[in-house]
Amino acid sequence: MTTAVTIRIQEADFDVAREIAALTQSRKDIGAVVSFSGICRDSEGGAPISALTLEHYQGMAEAEIARHAETAMSRWPLNGLTVIHRVGRIMPGENIVLVLTASAHRQAAFEAAEFLMDYLKTNAPFWKREESAKGTSWIEARDHDDAAAARWTKS
Amino acid sequence: MKVKYFAWVRERIGKEEETIEPPADVRTVGDLIDWLARRDESYAYAFETPLVIRAAIDHAHVRPDATISGAREIAFFPPMTGG
Repeated sequence: MTTAVTIRIQEADFDVAREIAALTQSRKDIGAVVSFSGICRDSEGGAPISALTLEHYQGMAEAEIARHAETAMSRWPLNGLTVIHRVGRIMPGENIVLVLTASAHRQAAFEAAEFLMDYLKTNAPFWKREESAKGTSWIEARDHDDAAAARWTKS
Repeated sequence: MKVKYFAWVRERIGKEEETIEPPADVRTVGDLIDWLARRDESYAYAFETPLVIRAAIDHAHVRPDATISGAREIAFFPPMTGG
């Protein structure tokens, strides 16, 4: 089975429908595609925000996502996988991240998408800075994100 | 070796990257944090809570006890908040 892997880090927005079409075009072995989109909210911890700025470690971010894509492909029978992460200034309502997983059946696609997102949150070198009426501040990491990633290493 | 800083570690130190030559007794990532923190008050501020600081050697995550011998690029940054 060939697995089509796309990993991109970019400032530009992405089109979810176009990315799904690119993953499934001219293939008839895919029975399930799971799509996760992370979108910029207009509040953080109950306080309004006007924008996010995403910083990343170029080189390592790509390498880290590729490592987790490899792990996902070794754990689940995937036909395709797409990870797109935006960087730079992002306004509320705009896309931040896209994870697509394609498989013959839904369970592998659901699980692999969740695994990839949990690891992206805690291990991929990206940092969010928020802008609000009070100025700018770095968003703090959350313990529940670490717990979400850790459950994939159990059993 | 080249050292890179990200997010608030970068802001506190006031630079994105630099080339350093630590003495031979600086063997691990933890040693390097201690050595950098003694340089001046901006480094001391960046590394004031060493347990919070994450590190990577040549684009791979490492723990504080990892050896820095042979490293080309070491990065220091806060816990990640992407996704």
